[in-house]
This record gives sequence, structure tokens and C-alpha cells, in this order.
Amino acid sequence: MLAFIIKRLSNAVFVMISVTFLAFVIFSAVGDPVDQMLNEQATQQQRDDLREKLGLDKPFLMQFGTFVVRAAQGDFGISFRNQRDVLDMISERFPATFELVLVATFISLVVGVPMGVITAIKRKSWYAEAMQFTSIIGISLPSFVVGIGLILVFSVWLGWFPSFGRGDTVDLGWWTTGLLTRSGQMSIVLPALSLSLFQVTLVMRLVRAEMLEVLRSDFIKFARARGVPARSIHFRHALRNCLMPVVTMTAMQIGGLIAFALVTETVFQWPGMGLLFIQAVTFVDVPIMAAYLCIVALIFVVLNTIVDMAYAVIDPRLRGADK
Amino acid sequence: MEMLKTLRHGVIGGVTATLLATAAHAETVRWGAPRDIVSLDPYSYGDSYTINFLNHVYEGLVRYNRDLEIEPALATSWELVSPTTWRFTLREGVKFHDGADFTAEDVLASLLRVSDEASPLKGNLPAYKSATVVDDYTIDVELNGAYPLLLNDLTNIHIFDKGWLVANNAEKPTDVSAGVEGYATFNTNGTGPFMLESRTPEAQTILTVNEAWWDEPSHNLTRIEFQPISSAATRVAALLSGEVDFVDSAPVQDLPRLEQADNLEILERADLRTVMLGFNRRDELVAGGTNPMNDLKVRQAMQMAVDMELIRDKVMRGKSRNAGTLVAPSIPGYSAELDQPVAYDPEKAKALLVEAGYPDGFEFDFVCTNESYVNEEQFCQAIASMWSRVGLSPKLDIGPTAKQTPKRANGKADVYTLGWATLPMLDTYSILVQVLHSKDGNSGVFNWGDWSYPELDKLTQSAAVELDRDTRLQMETDALKIARDEVIMMPLHQQPMAWAVSKEFSDFPQFPDNKPRMWYVTK
Amino acid sequence: MSSNLEPAKVQTRMQRFWDSDVWWSFKSHKSAVGAAIVLALVIITAFLAPVLSPQNPYDLAALELWNAELPPIWIEGGQMPFLLGTDVQGRDILSGILYGTRISIIIGIASVAVSLFVGIGLGLIAGYYGGWIDNVLMRIGDVLLSIPTVLVAILVSSVVQQFLPPAFREAGLAAVLVFAIAMYSWVQYARVVRAQTMVERRKEYVMASRLVGTPARRMMFNHILPNTLTPIFVAATLNFGLAILIEATLSFLGVGMPPNQPSLGTLIRVGNQYLFSGSWWIVLFPSIQLCILVVAVNMLGDWLRDALNPKLR
Repeated sequence: MLAFIIKRLSNAVFVMISVTFLAFVIFSAVGDPVDQMLNEQATQQQRDDLREKLGLDKPFLMQFGTFVVRAAQGDFGISFRNQRDVLDMISERFPATFELVLVATFISLVVGVPMGVITAIKRKSWYAEAMQFTSIIGISLPSFVVGIGLILVFSVWLGWFPSFGRGDTVDLGWWTTGLLTRSGQMSIVLPALSLSLFQVTLVMRLVRAEMLEVLRSDFIKFARARGVPARSIHFRHALRNCLMPVVTMTAMQIGGLIAFALVTETVFQWPGMGLLFIQAVTFVDVPIMAAYLCIVALIFVVLNTIVDMAYAVIDPRLRGADK
Repeated sequence: MEMLKTLRHGVIGGVTATLLATAAHAETVRWGAPRDIVSLDPYSYGDSYTINFLNHVYEGLVRYNRDLEIEPALATSWELVSPTTWRFTLREGVKFHDGADFTAEDVLASLLRVSDEASPLKGNLPAYKSATVVDDYTIDVELNGAYPLLLNDLTNIHIFDKGWLVANNAEKPTDVSAGVEGYATFNTNGTGPFMLESRTPEAQTILTVNEAWWDEPSHNLTRIEFQPISSAATRVAALLSGEVDFVDSAPVQDLPRLEQADNLEILERADLRTVMLGFNRRDELVAGGTNPMNDLKVRQAMQMAVDMELIRDKVMRGKSRNAGTLVAPSIPGYSAELDQPVAYDPEKAKALLVEAGYPDGFEFDFVCTNESYVNEEQFCQAIASMWSRVGLSPKLDIGPTAKQTPKRANGKADVYTLGWATLPMLDTYSILVQVLHSKDGNSGVFNWGDWSYPELDKLTQSAAVELDRDTRLQMETDALKIARDEVIMMPLHQQPMAWAVSKEFSDFPQFPDNKPRMWYVTK
Repeated sequence: MSSNLEPAKVQTRMQRFWDSDVWWSFKSHKSAVGAAIVLALVIITAFLAPVLSPQNPYDLAALELWNAELPPIWIEGGQMPFLLGTDVQGRDILSGILYGTRISIIIGIASVAVSLFVGIGLGLIAGYYGGWIDNVLMRIGDVLLSIPTVLVAILVSSVVQQFLPPAFREAGLAAVLVFAIAMYSWVQYARVVRAQTMVERRKEYVMASRLVGTPARRMMFNHILPNTLTPIFVAATLNFGLAILIEATLSFLGVGMPPNQPSLGTLIRVGNQYLFSGSWWIVLFPSIQLCILVVAVNMLGDWLRDALNPKLR
């Protein structure tokens, strides 16, 4: 068990170092930050001084070393454009993205699980078929098209929900939340819906697949033979058995959702990390791009590692099976 | 609080209840902006949009009034004590937002800060040499030569509190390269009509009224909520659904739709900004090979090949004003005589190209941004398509400003767009010295094509020190004539400027420099 | 043969979920046929674009501003030959869609092809040689999989685009997108192939030929491919749909194809600016086309997965 944990952890560290390296390569590839930091009138002397100050005259590997050490301490430098500490800027935006992802995940579970159950136990019915078909559309529709459509219908035509932004937020000191105010709650509906669409489909398919598997298993057949009512079979036994994979997948998908939220955030002008990142891409604000990449990867890796370890605790067979 | 209650009831009343947004405080402006300000430090970045927004918080010694004439602000009067020394008498009893008194020391500290070696705004105060405090409310500003436009420049030099700068170690402008944040980057302490309440970059910046403002407010606002909404469609959606009540950059194509909305009013006028095209004038094109654009005939052909009337009617929805010269009519130095747009004549353009020795045209890079000017992406495509119809082969390269500017500034663009409003100076001299003059020290910083017309340079330099207004303006007009005759730059149009404002405002003045000034707004 | 179809052991849990799942029933064959027909139509019309389109939307000289923003033909003011109307440049929407679909499909196919080539190649190498090569390659794969696809694609395309010399810009942009999308998806194929190669390597004939001294690479290759074909084929189909979506997303965000060589995503981005101006056709038709294309590909992919899944047979 210990060996497994160590292996998983070292794996995670390796991944993070590689991602940091990637971020660093992007950092140095996009060009000389000196050009962006100084104004046009700067002299060659000023340029050289700045290069020295930034350590750009050092060998590549040494620069990378410095970058890793700093990144590990959360120091990603200063945004070229906003002149603010990059980590501060990202952590200011994190709550917005996280709440969006959280609500989207919630929606996907509340909608996806029942749909999965229904399509599994009523396989042949017309509505199950219809749901199946809808689910294909769910994973096929580009989320920006969905977002534009939602804005058009629910904000402009019907006027039910705001079309952009996060509404009023409450500052809890270490976290700003939009979930406690009315306008915040209204604001999150459309973006969360649009973000959850893909996820709903995923959950529904997973639940359906697991349900079908379980329903075919011997213990369900046995229960049926004993005359346990269908309702109890479906919900008490079968559904309970497929919750574990659903929880796992949901946890693992959160990292992906955080990254994918950048599309939703762009469409709805949601003030999260993704919007910050897209704006940084437009303005070639490399420190933000690099930091965002590292932070999203970190979330991804941490979640995956935790899920893997949790699995190993629950199901010891997996400990040896990992490669 | 009462407000909040009614508001809750309203929303709980049913899903169809109109957006909470519509029930906001009566004296709030909810401003949907096309972009965010870059910093709270007016001296951190030479960006006029940011500087104007910060003008609500910080003030200069002088300011523009409703008619864009210069009037006293923190200085009450001024006089020339010698041709190069100006003496300013300062307003007494002015307090900064933190309660500190405003004195001559503050002006000195601000001038030092803005003219610092590292200050990106140095160029906005080119004539400044030094300043001396005479007494608490008098300061002498010495210039490095006679200079007629000092007051124009000073409208945009915001005054900081010295004590605050010292206490927060911010006497020097923020140096990005030093790797530390400047205190002034996210804190403010000005004398202006509004105070900063909070700011989340790229999300929201909130200002509240400064009750202790020295001037009699001609506005009745208590709060400004500034929200950047970079997507034009989202901005329009937010307006239509009543989530914002002012947009300072309404897309021209959406104006008919916005005009139909009951709750909105559209304010339109021609912007001061003249949009133009510049030509690479180095010996070689970016992709290599002799540069045909050094031939006047080629530049004339390129100008004649573009049907600006069609672009105005279709792309700009009839809202732009086609230009024959490089400055707008209200800019001193403008001459109506020069302002005759060159007629569209594709046949003559082809003939000129043949004459110049390019019957089959030639290939060149055409660099545009996608967000600097109104419908830029569209008019660039339209121009490129018109050029290809006379046999030229433009390679269109469209991208965000941050990516295109290095190309343009480093001579990696054969043809490029540039908009110039002569702000904050509001005088032709601005475009002469910054754009048309040969590259030389602080002159010709935006001479991206690297041309040189000694005669134009001479006129510009003489205008710089000419104190007689009429003589000076004549020199400037003469310089503009050279620019027109030589097609140094190809003027396109004064772009339309459209603000959409909620009808709840009773007074919302629009300025030709496209800068919203909320201290003139009543709701 | 079916026992070899268990790549799940070496795949991530995500993929195991996809493979084990039996969510599409036989009944869906009808819709699969429908999807195939639709997809074939979309692809054929896209590749016949130069013949079918009334206009070449990439030829700047062919765009006539006089024709800007004409509505579709069935609405008053519509004009032949602009069946679906025109955009603000006078570009025929139908032609734009056909050409745009062609770009989207080419980028989709190319990125799948590149990732297949790289994935199978590296999978074979990793599986055959094992040891540190295997370790390095699989670790690189892990790293790539730990960064979300969209993010990788945005970063790669926005960074690489900067370095394109002007002369290559037009051809290069599409290649950059292909590369950005393929960068991620090769890992799946590599893992499948690697696992199969490792199984194969331990078989007797390989051992035997090793003893004799003749490498059995060729024979192995002939064995491995058929065994991995099914999962690879299914994954490739689904990745094709995904690639089109990612390309559209990048173009929508403004880091994909430029407006003078529009793909479907670019058309939607540009058209989105006219959402409220009354010219709804500029954004609507490209959106519909994109949705039809991806839905058809995904339906087909899903059906394929089920049809080829032995558990369901």
C-alpha cells in the first residue's frame, strides 16, 4: 500500500514538473518579455539591465530551475499588462470558476443520474430512446453555440436571467461567493447550464451503462427470483452499486470542467480564471498563461491522485494493477 | 436597504420578474465597457482609455469643460513668467480622498513621477524640464523651450498626494521589470469627484461619489459600476435586457435594433479619431524584394482603388465620415480645402500601376487588428478585396493589438491601420510630431513605415516653438498638405462613435473625443 | 479474438467506462444509417465546394461589397445566387459554409491521421522495446493527458502562430491547428497499441524467431494491428468529432482560422457580431451545419462502438 502511494505521488510530482517545464518553454518561446515591458524609447542599456535583472542572461536550465523554485512557492511573477501579482489575480478569480463548476456538476448529477436510471430500466420505451438521442446531441453541440442560444432566448427574448457577469458577490474574506445573493444566483443559471450539458450526458451514459451491468449480474437475478419488488431492486441495489463510478468520474471531471469553463466564461463574460486566461492569450500576457496552465494541471493531478488512492483503499486489487 | 428588500420581493414574485438589474439604485451608472482599464495607476501605462476613467478619481491642474475648452481645475490661474516658465496658482481648500490637503508639493511630486525615466507617460509631457515650489499654493514649471500646448498636456497629468506616495513607497512609477507590484496599481487617492470603492480586474470597478469634492457637482450620481464586457454581442444583450445602462461603444450594426428598444437612447457623432493606412517605406518589403510603395504612383493607385463610399454605406452603416486629410474638422490645423476624399477610380489605379511598372500588381502584408477601431476587421477585408480587384495581392493579417503592434512598430508590416485623434493635445501638432515626422528621438515614435520628408520635419519643428497661434496653425496645415500630396498616409474616415444610454438619464453629454465624463451626468 | 479486445486493462478508467458501456442498443442502427447518409452528404458537398459554390469565398476579388448582408433567398430582398444570404463582406453564406466545412473536415481528418500515425508508431516502439523508451513515452503521454485538451490546443496554437513567417501564414495556420489537436489524442492510440504489442511480444513465435536471430517485427505488426483495429477505429471516429469541435472552439475564441479563411467556428464567431443586427442568417446557418456535422459523426461513432463491441453481439 505504501509503495503504491509513493508511486502515485512521485508520478504526480513528475507530471507537475513536466507541466511546469512546458509552461516555462512557452514562457521563453513567446519571446523576450523585455520588449513588452519597456516602452519604445528604451535604450539598449536599459534593455540589457532589465535582461540581467530578470536573469534572462543565465543559461536555460538555470532559468528553468529558478522558475520551478519560484512557481513552487506560488510566485509566477507580475502580469505584464495589469502589473499585478499573477497568483493574486488568479486566486481572486478562482472562486468564480469554482462555483460555476460546482453548480454545473450539481446540475449534471441531478439531471444525469435519473436520466441514466430511466434509460437503463426502460430501455425500450420511446422516452428512453428520445433521451438517448438527446444525449448524443448533448455531447455534440459546441458549448459556445449553446451559450449564445441560451443568452438569446433567456436573456434577450424572455428576460429571465442575466446575460453576463456574476451579479452581486459577498466577500467572506478568503472567498467571494455569488451564491448568497439573488442576483448572483440568477447569474449563475445560464453559464452553469451551458457548462453542464456535456457533463449531463456523460453522467447519464455512465449511470446507464453501470445500471445495465448490475442488472445483468447474478445477485440482481437472484433478487428478482426471490420476488423483491422492481422498485427496490432498481434503486436500493442497482443504483447504489453504480454510484461509486459516478462519484469517481465526477471528481475526475472537475479538473476538465475547470479548464473547459474558459469557453463558457468567454461567452457569458463570467469573471473567472478562464476569462482571465483568454484575455491573457489575447494580450500575450505570458506570466498569466503560464500560471494558469500550472494551476489547472495541479488541480487535475491532485484530483486524479486522490481518486486513484481512494480507489486503492476501497479496492485493493487495483494496487498491483497499476501498470 | 429598503431598496434591497423591494428588490428581493420583486424577484421572488416570479421567474418572469424583470431582472434585478433594472431595479438598481437610481443614481447608479452601470457602465458596460468594451474593455477594462489596465491599472489604477494613471502613470503606469500610456493608455488614454485608462487615463480617462481614472480622471473620475484623479484630476489635473486644468481640465476640459463641457465644450472641450480648457478651464481651471486644481490650478485656478496661470501666467507666463518667462517664455519657458509657467507659474500656476493652485486652488486652496482641496482635499484628497484620504483627507490630506492639496498643496504645491503634491504637484511637484506628481510631475517628478510622471517625468521619471521609467514612466511610460513621459512622452505625454514632452516639454517639461523642471518645477519649483514657490509657496504652498504656487508652483513654477520650467520647460525646455517655448511650448504652446502645455495646458493641453496638463489636462491628462493627474495629481497624486505626495504624503500618500511617500508613505506607500510609490514616488516612482510602477516598474514592471522590478517584479514588484506598485501600491498605486491597486489603490487610489485623488481629489476627483469619485472615489474608488473596489476593483476586480477584468470584472468590475466600483466608484462612489466624493461628497467632499471641491467643485459644485453638476451630476447627481452616487455610484459608478464599471464592467468590461469585451464581447460586443454580450454587451448588446446586456443593454437590451437592462443589465447595464450605458455602453460607450455600441456596435454600429446593432444601432437600429438598439434604437427600437423603449428604454434606450442612442447618442451618435463622428469621432475625432481619423483612421488611416500607413505604408512601409523601407527599401524592401517584409517578405523581401524591392518595395514598390516607395513610388508615389503606387501609393496613389492604392488610394484610388479603395471605394470609401461603399465602405461607409455597407461596413460602417453610413455612420462614418470619409476623410481627405489626416485630422478631423474640429482639430486646430485642419483645413477644409485639404479634406476632399480622393475619388474612387479603379481604372486610373490600374493605369497608375502599369505606369509604375507593376501591371500585375505585387504581394504585400496588410496588418490589421481586430479590436482597435470600429469594424476594423470588416473594413480591412473590404479594402483587401478592393485592392485585389485592381490586381494587387494583399496578404491580410488580422490579430489582437498586442500581437500586431510589435509587427507594426518593428517594420514587419507593409500596410497597416492607425487611428489618431490627436488626444490629449487636440491639435494637429500631435500627429505631425508623433506620426509624420522622421524617426528621431522622441519624434516619429509612430512613424512605423520609416519615411522621411525633411520639409515636413522642418514645418513641424517650427510649429513646436511658434507662439503665434495663426502662424503655427498655418505651418501645421502646410505640413498636412505635404502628407496629402505625397500620400504619406492614406486617410480613410472619422469613425462613428455611438453610445447607448438608458432613458433614465436626463443629461448625458457625449464628447467628440469619445470619453465619457460622468461628472456631467444626471439621472 | 474477442479476448484480445480488452484494452481496458491498460487504459484509464475513463476509457474503460467508454469501452465497457453498452448504452446504444441495436435499435439505433436506423439512426446510424441516417447519420451515415447525412455525414456522407456533408462531406461530399464540402469537397465539391469549388463546383457547387456560386462563389469562391477565399478569393478576395470575388467579394463584392454591394452584395453585403443580403437575406436568404426566401426572404424579401434575397437574391440569386445567394441561397442562404450573404455576410457583411458580400460573402455568400452557403459558399462560406461549404468551404468552411471543408476546412473543418480536413483539419479533423488530418489531426486524426497525424495522431494515429504518431500514436501507433510510438505505441509499437514503446511496446516492443520496453524499458526506458517505454517509460519515457508513456510518461509523456501521462503528462499530456493531465492537461485538458482545450488548454493544450489554445496554448500551442496561439504560441506557434506567433512564429509563422508571413509567407507560411495561410497554409501554416491550419497545420498548427492540426498539430495542436493531434498533440493530445495520439496517447490513446499509443496505449492500446503498446498493450497489444506487449502481449504479442511474449508469444512463442516471437520468442522462437528471436532465438533464431530473425526479428519478428513484421510478423508482430501483422498480428497486432488487426487486434487493435476495433478500439482504434472507434476512438478515431469519436476523436474526429472531437477534433472538429475543438477546431471550432479555437476559431470561435479567435486563436484558430482567420476571418479571410473561415472555418465553421470562424464563421460563427464573425456572425455572432451580427446577432442583434437583424442579420441572423450569418450566424445561424454555420451553427446548424456545425451541429449537424458533429452529431452525425458522434452518432456513427457510438453505433460503431456498440456494433464492434463483442459483449453486445
